[in-house]
Amino acid sequence: MEAVKFENVKFSYREDGKDPALNGVTLCIEEGQFVAVLGMNGSGKSTLAKLINALLIPFSGKVEVFGMDTSDEKKTFEIRKNAGMVFQNPDNQTVASIVEDDVAFGPENIGVPREEIGKRIDFALDAVGMQEFRKSTPARLSGGQKQRIAIAGVLAILPKIMILDESTAMLDPRGRREVMDVVRRLNREKGMTVILITHFMDEALQADRAIVMHRGEVVMDGAPEEIFARSDELETYNLTLPRAAYVCKKLQEAGMPVRNAFTAEELAEGICESLRKA
Amino acid sequence: MLNDVAFGQYYPAKSFVHNMDPRAKIVLVIAFIVAIFLAKNFLGLAAVILFLILVVILARVPFGRVLRSVKMVLFLIIFTAILNLFFYSSNSELHILWQWKFITISWEAIINMLFLALRLFLLVMGTTILTLTTTPVSLTDGIESLLTPLKWIRFPVHELALIMSIALRFIPILTDETNRIIAAQKARGADFETGGLIKRAKAMIPVLVPLLVSAFRRAEDLGDAMDARCYSGAKGRTKYKKLTFTWRDLLGLLLLAGLITGVVFLNIYFGGKFDVIGWFVA
Repeated sequence: MEAVKFENVKFSYREDGKDPALNGVTLCIEEGQFVAVLGMNGSGKSTLAKLINALLIPFSGKVEVFGMDTSDEKKTFEIRKNAGMVFQNPDNQTVASIVEDDVAFGPENIGVPREEIGKRIDFALDAVGMQEFRKSTPARLSGGQKQRIAIAGVLAILPKIMILDESTAMLDPRGRREVMDVVRRLNREKGMTVILITHFMDEALQADRAIVMHRGEVVMDGAPEEIFARSDELETYNLTLPRAAYVCKKLQEAGMPVRNAFTAEELAEGICESLRKA
Repeated sequence: MLNDVAFGQYYPAKSFVHNMDPRAKIVLVIAFIVAIFLAKNFLGLAAVILFLILVVILARVPFGRVLRSVKMVLFLIIFTAILNLFFYSSNSELHILWQWKFITISWEAIINMLFLALRLFLLVMGTTILTLTTTPVSLTDGIESLLTPLKWIRFPVHELALIMSIALRFIPILTDETNRIIAAQKARGADFETGGLIKRAKAMIPVLVPLLVSAFRRAEDLGDAMDARCYSGAKGRTKYKKLTFTWRDLLGLLLLAGLITGVVFLNIYFGGKFDVIGWFVA
């Protein structure tokens, strides 16, 4: 089933509709897909995310989540229940001083009975591996841990879609890995549709599909490997290859017969292989 | 250190008082303050002191820890006491000890000073025990629950409680931010340590402006995050935390009712605070 559908969506932060942040985006995301949205600053990728859960309403065109139109105010609540969103700054999305109270915030808002909230907190904290910090305070956690709590806060609403709007941008490499592990597991094990907005190319490799945005338009769309194979085109959008893929390309240019690789492991294997042949 | 503001001066321990319902504790502190001001003589205050000692023992908080919290307001207590000593006028010429122009010191003034200082001291002790044994979070829960009846006159109880808990949540974040901005301004040659009061206050402006701007940006982010988590006000909202009134709370309230009765009894049978003067002066 189609989880998210954009039909020629235009959006502008200005009232007269000039300087559009999104300029005619049409795309479709299937349920269970793991989609990475790439693009440089100001390419419209965060706007795209906010349009999905009705934080923004399109200027023209239509956004549908599980068939519900986001411009229909009566559906706003139902759409947000289905499409949870994690933001960039972990400090700015926590409402309570105690982890379990913060996770409870979402379920409380949608009127879940008390006993059920307890179960949902258990489920959400287990899913992100933070059960032992249940009674702790966010101020004492690391960035990665705080962001996992934010993910738990969204999970407790039991959404079908998880949107991560540059949620790893402010984290150190370790925190980034923690968050990515959780997100990948949610996608593989719980069948969650994931829309990951990022400017880290390495993260996009873990997705099933990558969408590249430039000046409010979708300019590339396909499997991450396909996208990264078109490195010259990527460069025109000011995007770089994942580190391993970049090293691989440079080696090839220097005349080493290495096969295409995207991750460090693939690259290492490729180099070994070519050395053995030589 | 400032990072732990979320816990205030909470002293973690497992005790009778720690386990009490925050609502009961708030009501008890108010009743305790009433008892302090009901007492008309030193015997009444002695009863209050005995009660306080009992509570500190039950709370398993070291006496030193409680006294340390009072130290901060000691200056205020001494200041008020001294003002009272000089400006309290006596009705009886016999009781005047020393006089210079418009300043007089009388027996009454000394008694009054001691009485006032003791009252203030007990007041601070009582509220300190509340904050030592209750986390700010459960205090907020308690206040919200106690204010619930005000919903009838459309007072926004839930909103007020949410504002309080978000404020608590953001204290450590904004403290961190302030320290960062101060460091950044120092790195650019800002001087916060020298000069008079006015100069120092002016030096804080380049700290406060960026802090305010960032606070607004955070507020906007938080608003989006709350919207995304389906927040739509108090309507149709459930509450996960449940406060339960137990035998401990009942016992506490009964003990305090006993204290108030005792103080009233002592008031009736032992007269006012100035009666002690009779022991020294005819």
